[in-house]
Amino acid sequence: MNSGARWPRSKRSVVEPRFKPGDRVKVRKAYPLGHIRTPFYIRGQSGVIERICGSFGNPEELAQQRSGEPKQPLYRVRFVQKEVWPAYQGNPGDVLEVEIFQHWLE
Amino acid sequence: MKDSGNYQPYSYFQLMEVSLRELLVEKGVVTEAQVADEVEKMRHRTPAIGARVVARAWMDDAFRMKLLESGSRACEDLGIEVGALKLVVVENTPAEHNVVVCTLCSCYPRMLLGIPPEWYKSRNYRSRAVREPRSVLAEFGLRIDDKTKVRVHDSTADMRYLVLPMRPSGTEGWNEERLAAIVTRDCMIGVAVPKLN
Repeated sequence: MNSGARWPRSKRSVVEPRFKPGDRVKVRKAYPLGHIRTPFYIRGQSGVIERICGSFGNPEELAQQRSGEPKQPLYRVRFVQKEVWPAYQGNPGDVLEVEIFQHWLE
Repeated sequence: MKDSGNYQPYSYFQLMEVSLRELLVEKGVVTEAQVADEVEKMRHRTPAIGARVVARAWMDDAFRMKLLESGSRACEDLGIEVGALKLVVVENTPAEHNVVVCTLCSCYPRMLLGIPPEWYKSRNYRSRAVREPRSVLAEFGLRIDDKTKVRVHDSTADMRYLVLPMRPSGTEGWNEERLAAIVTRDCMIGVAVPKLN
């Protein structure tokens, strides 16, 4: 009975990762108000999952003094500099890596 | 607070800090002693802690591997408290140079490097390090060869980053203390590389 009661709670508190390293993803191009940890310059850009960092409280919820749950998977996403900044000068292999929460990726 | 005897009105942010602190104490959320204790702890965090981690990684390959796999766990082995934030260590190689920035605010591995320098928090560094890292590094006196890739890490959420620089040649046979002495704060942010004096 106890384990039955725990199961729905743990399911609610963490969102399962939808992506794995190597997957190609696109950052949502959205401009909601609030405390957003997705920088403006990277919204709408495409990159590749470098690693899964774990699951963390959603900062947009935490900033409103809510629980931050369900926790969101956090990824490091790798972007090619020349794709992000068309006028970029440097090695074509230069990259930019940004931490992005799952609900900002599609 | 430092008292130079030269009294001036509080600035906006000083006033905010004092008001918030007094309110938290009044409401019993924290005590004055806890605040003083945290301030004191922060004063004792300096880049020497990070330099010790780097020197150990240069001397001990098993530690280096563990550090790259899980920065937090490797630091705990050395008795360094990393806290809730996860430490990601990125390694410089002849093929790749790493540099760290927080474009949104000033996220920084304080547990290993202490309080960030003013320039790290400046709009200039934060906006340009992601867009023209090679020019920014050149302004620090660091020219990265075109054949070497530059990898910029924007520290936007719960990770904190430390650059593991390359051990310079000419340091063979050095002990950990001597190695740590050439690892500066800027080397671990990635805007400099260790040099022999």
